[in-house]
Amino acid sequence: MSRVGGPALVRGPARRRTSVASVVARWWRGGAATLVFLLPMLLVFGLFSWWPIARTAVMSLQETNLVGPAEWVGLENFRTVLADPLLPTALRNTAVFAALAFVFGYPIPLVMAVVFSSLRRLRGLYACLAYLPVVVPPAVAVLLWKTFYDAGSGGVFNTILGWVGIGPVPWLESAGWVLPSLVMEATWAAAGGTVIIYLAALTTVPQELYDAASADGAGVLGKIWHVTLPHLRSVLLITLILQIIGTAQVFLEPYLFTGGGPSHASLTLLLLIYEYAFGSTTGGGDYGPATALSLMMAVALALLSWIYFRLTRGWSD
Amino acid sequence: MRTTRLRSVALAAVAAAVLGSLAACGESSDDGDGVTITVEGWRPGDKQATIDAVKKQAAAFNKEHPDITVKPVEWQWNAQTFPAQLAGGTLPISFRVPFTDTKGLVERKQVADVDAEVRELPYFDKLNPTVLAAAQGTDGKVYGLPSDVYANALHYNRDLFTKAGLDPDKPPTTWEEVRAAAKQINERTGATGYAEMTTSNTGGWILTTLTYALGGRMEAEEGDAFTATVDNPQTEEALQLLHDMRWTDESFSGGTAYDWNSINQAFAAGKVGMYISGSDIYNALVTTSAIDPEMYGLTAVPMGDSPDAGALGGGSVNVVSAKASEAEAEAAVAWADFFRVRKYTDQDAAVADAKTQSAADQPVGTPTFPIFDEASYTTYQEWVKDYVNVPLDQMTGYTSKMFDLTLVAEPPAQTQAVYGALDPVVQKVLSDENADIPALLKAADASVQQILDKG
Repeated sequence: MSRVGGPALVRGPARRRTSVASVVARWWRGGAATLVFLLPMLLVFGLFSWWPIARTAVMSLQETNLVGPAEWVGLENFRTVLADPLLPTALRNTAVFAALAFVFGYPIPLVMAVVFSSLRRLRGLYACLAYLPVVVPPAVAVLLWKTFYDAGSGGVFNTILGWVGIGPVPWLESAGWVLPSLVMEATWAAAGGTVIIYLAALTTVPQELYDAASADGAGVLGKIWHVTLPHLRSVLLITLILQIIGTAQVFLEPYLFTGGGPSHASLTLLLLIYEYAFGSTTGGGDYGPATALSLMMAVALALLSWIYFRLTRGWSD
Repeated sequence: MRTTRLRSVALAAVAAAVLGSLAACGESSDDGDGVTITVEGWRPGDKQATIDAVKKQAAAFNKEHPDITVKPVEWQWNAQTFPAQLAGGTLPISFRVPFTDTKGLVERKQVADVDAEVRELPYFDKLNPTVLAAAQGTDGKVYGLPSDVYANALHYNRDLFTKAGLDPDKPPTTWEEVRAAAKQINERTGATGYAEMTTSNTGGWILTTLTYALGGRMEAEEGDAFTATVDNPQTEEALQLLHDMRWTDESFSGGTAYDWNSINQAFAAGKVGMYISGSDIYNALVTTSAIDPEMYGLTAVPMGDSPDAGALGGGSVNVVSAKASEAEAEAAVAWADFFRVRKYTDQDAAVADAKTQSAADQPVGTPTFPIFDEASYTTYQEWVKDYVNVPLDQMTGYTSKMFDLTLVAEPPAQTQAVYGALDPVVQKVLSDENADIPALLKAADASVQQILDKG
């Protein structure tokens, strides 16, 4: 009995221990470990991304000077933004910038990647040279391009144009030239990153397909159209929506090159937000309207992205 | 296990050290025995000599006030970064803001009320009322100590004048002469004959200067209300003048997208024949842009025939952070008095200051505008005459007329916002040959009125 009872007496607590241990182990295996490992990232994102987003939503309903207590003003900030005559100007400029970037900035990296991938020698060198502008700090790049865009006849571009009897062109000082000039620099600065993405995607295209296309009599353009582009479709769709979001949020170029001028010709939505909060056009210190417009823009871009992915769901298959 | 614990301890220590050092930014303390404050010392980009001179002054102040420790830091007013610095606690306790921004900061309660401290200063009653008004809120209280007062003036490059066949000792005295000289400089030297600031509110600032010089005003005050008067004949005349210099004479050959810093750099680099800025800009040209003194010339902005014609005046107000304690605010006003203003009323302070500045190769004697009156200004110049190291004989075009000029304060309501609304007008005229000036002014007037109504 004792032998029977003994183990039974021992087995009771032992089973409980085993049961607790196994629960902990299951809990650990079932996601807790993941959560613990995720915790630093969650904390960092929470503190520096999600908390500011939540604060933005709250501030858009308040009037504050960032020092004293904030005052709730309901939807007044949204009304102020929507009644601002500069909003349509900023919206139009942003749309023109995005359109120009789409027409000129979007195909260039693709063409470069296709050309580079078809090279037999020095492919890496060309890819490296294309990527180089991405490494240049943006403020330095803008300073460099400012000397290129100097409106005087001594500016780099105007000197070159002067050799063939053109110009001088008022690159950044004419309402007609300013947005194309900004797009040109932005394309130069960002194309390298996209080229690398396309080049990586192009390595997955099987050589046999090109050989088969050649056997079917396809030329260079035919091979690009029938083999390369279909294989890049999913990557192209992603880079397109990233470009749309990026260009809708263009700030650095107009801020550093022109401050939105001349005469608001390069005022973009993000620059208007900045102007509300810190700038001069509205006197600055209007954090409420600034956060209200930020929120409206975030919602609009989220909606646009959702529609885009709904529409293109079948295209990337 | 031990390694992990050690790592945790080390990480915690590092985190504590980082947090501690962050908290130390904008440090000030008031421990009962004395007070320590951070103060605006020098601008980013200033030479070591400037930094050394400020540090010497701080040491002298600390000696005079054993209960106060002043720590000068690099700082420059920037409307964009100011709110973040204030909210983040990294703002110096004592700093200067332009006249144009003081009222906005007071309205937003972003600077401290130092009415009692400033009124206690022995020379308070002698302050020029126009100058003092810049430091007052709409409630009549004083929110700082004014200093560095200037009237806008015309700066010109003597070398370019000579190369263009103009006499550098006879700078232009009318707008017709300015226009002709600009054209001649451009044609004969290829340099920009006349340049104008157009961005970051400076376009509105200089357009207002031209308007004042021709006798116009940008705002009218009736009781507590302000009316926009931007659409006036003088502003139209000024814009037409700029238009003709840009498109008919092509005197703006080097571009039109300048702000305060970039136009100084372009001028010091010898690329600009003439431009308008504060009469004391020579200080910044020396300390930040390393100008060759030989090439510098200063003269008054030509005045129109109107009896209302005047020179736009500006300056800085030494304000105190809204987060300062009472003791810190008192210390900050004492520092502003010592470092910026007392020298104009006290011979010993004037000589000590000039001696320190001169020993550090800092400009002494640059023409400003009297904070008090002509007599005290002249007396101050006498006190420091042995230490003057700026080319005063190249500035007589201004100094011979400065006391005859009527100083007109900047537009009193929403100054920066009004300037900001005028920037695009100037930019449009300089970027579009067919710009419709009357229509632009009509639209700008409505826009400024909206800003004034918003309050």
